[in-house]
Amino acid sequence: MREFLWLVPLLPLIGSVTLMLGAGRLTMRLAGTIGAVSVGLAAILAFTIAAGFLTNPPAGSVYQQTLWHWLNVGGVSATFGLRLDPLSLVMMLVITGVGFLIHLFATEYMEGEDGYGRFFAHLNLFVAAMLLLVLADNFLALYTGWEGVGLGSYLLIGFWWRDPANGLAARKAFIVTRIGDTALFLGLLLITSHLGTLNIADAMQHATQSWPIGSPIATLAAFLLLGGAVGKSAQLPLQTWLPDAMVGPTPVSALIHAATMVTAGVYLIARTHALFLLAPAALLTVGIIGGATLLLAGFSALAQNDIKRILAYSTMSQIGYMFLALGVGAWDAALFHLMTHAFFKALLFLSAGAITMRLHHEQDIFKMGGLARRLPVAFWSFLIGSAALAALPLVTAGFYSKEAILSGAWAGGTSGRVLWLAGVVGAFMTGLYIFRAVFIVFFGEEHGHVSGRYGWRITTPLAVLSVLAVLGGLIEVPPVFGHVTLLSNLLAPVLPATKEVTDITPLLLASLAALLGIALAALFYWRPTQRPAETPLWRFWHAAGGFDWLYNRVLVRPVLWAARVNSDDFIDSFYDVIAWATKAIHQQVRRTQNGRVRWYTAGLAIGSVSLIAIAVLL
Amino acid sequence: MTLVWLLLIPGIGGAVAWMAGGRHPNLPRRIALAVLAIDFIIALSLIGPAMSSAIPAGHAAWIASFERPWIPQLGISFELYLDGLSLVLILLTIALGFISVVISWTEITDRVGLFHANLLWSVTGVIGVFLALDLFLFFFFWELMLVPMYFLIALWGHEHRFYAAIKFFIFTQGSGLLMLVAILVLVFVHQQTTGHFTFDYLALLGTKMNPTMAFWLMLGFFIAFAVKLPAVPFHTWLPDAHTAAPTAGSVLLAGILLKTGAYGLIRFVVPLFPDAAHAFAPYAMTLGVIGILYAALLAYGQNDMKRLVAYSSVSHMGFVLLGVFAWNTLALQGVVIQMLAHGVSTGALFILVGALQERIHTRDMRQMGGLWGSIPHLSAFGMVFAIASLGLPGLGNFIGEFLILLGSFQVGVPLTVIAAIGLVAGAAYALLLVQRAFHGNAAPHDETAAKPCDLTAPHLLVMAGLFLALLGLGLYPQPVFDQVAAGLAVVQHDGTPSTGPTTQFAEATP
Repeated sequence: MREFLWLVPLLPLIGSVTLMLGAGRLTMRLAGTIGAVSVGLAAILAFTIAAGFLTNPPAGSVYQQTLWHWLNVGGVSATFGLRLDPLSLVMMLVITGVGFLIHLFATEYMEGEDGYGRFFAHLNLFVAAMLLLVLADNFLALYTGWEGVGLGSYLLIGFWWRDPANGLAARKAFIVTRIGDTALFLGLLLITSHLGTLNIADAMQHATQSWPIGSPIATLAAFLLLGGAVGKSAQLPLQTWLPDAMVGPTPVSALIHAATMVTAGVYLIARTHALFLLAPAALLTVGIIGGATLLLAGFSALAQNDIKRILAYSTMSQIGYMFLALGVGAWDAALFHLMTHAFFKALLFLSAGAITMRLHHEQDIFKMGGLARRLPVAFWSFLIGSAALAALPLVTAGFYSKEAILSGAWAGGTSGRVLWLAGVVGAFMTGLYIFRAVFIVFFGEEHGHVSGRYGWRITTPLAVLSVLAVLGGLIEVPPVFGHVTLLSNLLAPVLPATKEVTDITPLLLASLAALLGIALAALFYWRPTQRPAETPLWRFWHAAGGFDWLYNRVLVRPVLWAARVNSDDFIDSFYDVIAWATKAIHQQVRRTQNGRVRWYTAGLAIGSVSLIAIAVLL
Repeated sequence: MTLVWLLLIPGIGGAVAWMAGGRHPNLPRRIALAVLAIDFIIALSLIGPAMSSAIPAGHAAWIASFERPWIPQLGISFELYLDGLSLVLILLTIALGFISVVISWTEITDRVGLFHANLLWSVTGVIGVFLALDLFLFFFFWELMLVPMYFLIALWGHEHRFYAAIKFFIFTQGSGLLMLVAILVLVFVHQQTTGHFTFDYLALLGTKMNPTMAFWLMLGFFIAFAVKLPAVPFHTWLPDAHTAAPTAGSVLLAGILLKTGAYGLIRFVVPLFPDAAHAFAPYAMTLGVIGILYAALLAYGQNDMKRLVAYSSVSHMGFVLLGVFAWNTLALQGVVIQMLAHGVSTGALFILVGALQERIHTRDMRQMGGLWGSIPHLSAFGMVFAIASLGLPGLGNFIGEFLILLGSFQVGVPLTVIAAIGLVAGAAYALLLVQRAFHGNAAPHDETAAKPCDLTAPHLLVMAGLFLALLGLGLYPQPVFDQVAAGLAVVQHDGTPSTGPTTQFAEATP
């Protein structure tokens, strides 16, 4: 089946093109079917390929497929090629699997919306681009997928285009991530120029051979790639677009801004880990960015009242954990958390969507309350998702993956211990902020009017993701609980091994932190609570540290000001001056042609006298 | 002889179309379509490798040639040569000419015969520019393409059309005169050193002269081409010309006429004055980078949609200038793709602005908004081409920008890094256009006015065709690379400094 790998990204692309061409002519039912089935077929194919890959792995655990020669010019060549190895395999399964569940959910969630077909056209396009991103065997194809998912994100954040605020959020997301993309682009130029190839595997091999560890060029290249990664993954300092991106439809938030696209940065760093190993400074920076972002986002999540913004900051924070894991060299753990996070965060977003669709799209948690009895399906899903997010010990997937990250950090020397501490504080915050939301939304007084029932297309994805959020962690279990290493065994050919930690202290402390957070949330929010007072501190965290404020003043406003004052192009006034001067001279000279014979004779006489004088005198 | 037919067919076709205009307005349109279709087929038949027979040694890149004495007393001959570079640009010219006729079908109803005559003559002039190798003949065509374009703007244009037409004329004419002086001096210098009076480009290559002289002559050529490109600070005629021009005029201007500037830089400036051009390269590249960013900033500040597209054009041509003076295979191939992709994507955007103006009678984006609701097809294509112009991978513009920046990276890293900021700036103005025109709330006046009709079948076909062309350039540009490779290799060889390349300009060794 492997030879049909190219069909995996192509199927959603076909779906997208069909939906675009049929825009306005397809019935809602047909459009939804095309949208969901194209991704469903891709998922079936992906899982079939995966089964073959696991039972009968190709030589070196790499399967390469060249579709066509893209360009070969001036010594630079690139193929349009796919590469299936354990890393892209895991990503492919997450994207198609979770992607399909979200598509299925969306067919019901989006019912009755204007532009239903367009929604699935764009969602399919996004899935195709995301698959290209992870399957690409060279940087140029990866970059194509990379920009493609950015486009999908832009189109879907701005899906409800009539509201200019949505358009602003969409453009903000695209432009802020494009700043990172441009760094990545420069990184590609650097790598291509110095390593002579666009092929990722070759480039990594050449880099390891020709660049010594810590060499400036390797460090620079790694930092440029990191620039791309922080943009897409909404990490400091390019994190500001993600909360605003929540104006998109909730399935979009689940798919793009939680499960897949925002983890592209993690994938990129894992894919180019050989380069980052040559640049310890860059790798350490990855960890520090992760630690700082997870704390910033964790505190910010506590100061939000909008359920989707809480989840957005939570996503940012969880990706911070993945970056932290990459930074301390716990590569497997980063991938593991990427996977479990895709399960439980998609679950959280979908159950949040399931709640808001019954509340006329009300997203303020203080206008919810008491929903546990009225919306049991959403309640249990959200609760399971929250437990996994808070890493409730032993029974959730999030516990195992977060534990893997924190024990990796624990083993990582002094800097690792500092990052570990950040991670533990973050674990506490996670338990606190998500269970604050749980208690406020589902318990206490009842607000608002709940209407309607869920169909199977809502409940099935929630059920499947709930199971995955609980059991998905069992593929990798630390030594104390039975020592399962399915994932790290699978990833062994592509990612360096992680140091095994048998010390149980970090595990206990982190579990304690998470439980403490949950307990504290119960203590504060179990009973009905008032909307928080807007103290300066609350406002500071509500605005996530004021980065938007800063960027607006330092970057956005000066540029807009310059564009406004110079909209008439001051260079043109230079030519206007020439034109004006020519006219002025013309006016002056024209006076001499006044038709009076006296003046002409006088002029003639003066001229002759002057000429004779010059001739005589010189 | 094929090359002569390439010129004669649209030339004569123009005259026929003019005369036919009196009978029925559709007749000149049909004639123009037929003429351009035939011309396109002739040009297509020339696709292929260079013919080695009857080609001077060392210039093996020529695919076809035609040479007859014209004014032998002055060393002027009717000398046409075609290589891969000329060929792809001629194909673009004819294709965009064809499309210009299609999209003017309903827009132009006044003096239809004369309009199509001017359109065809403009195309003739451009084809001549891409073919002529005798400098006198080149200058002749250079002026020839100018005059019909002047009339297209002045007679069929929108508001301020006379101002714009005259500005366009003075800028190009003034800079053209600089080039004429440079050509004449070059010919005299060549006569002094060799005793041979000729305007033949192939003979004038490698003329020995002192560096000061070379610098001034190079500058004469450079300014003429930089005005046409246009490069900042010579760009101010372009937004006015575009806003005033009829849609077909804008398509021809952006799609083709600007490319003659880039072509001139590649064909003449660097090969004729390699040392001077290489010494000047850092300044020219700096101008290119300034152009990318400055024009992008201007584009962002516009309310007139056509001006926005016009400034985006200037920004894209900044990449071309940067790439030409980086002067390595990567950058030059990137320049070619950039020219083709820009011709297609900007042409398409101008067509859409024209179609929009025909429907809602304004180009002011403050009076637009929410058009997606009433004219979804036009809006969707508007978004597609806006996204192409911001350089989305998979479409041609990205390949152009990628190769240009990869090439310039070998030559000057800081300039390349600054130029790359243009990628962010491009996204900013392109998405702003989408937002202000197609998204957001519908403008208030919309409710009273009749609902505008969406794109009609001819426009839809044109848009789909242009999009497929961009997709082809983006996903499989190799045929273009192969077609122009030999021609570029020869100009690159001619344009290598006689003193040997300085380290700064050495090809990168990957």
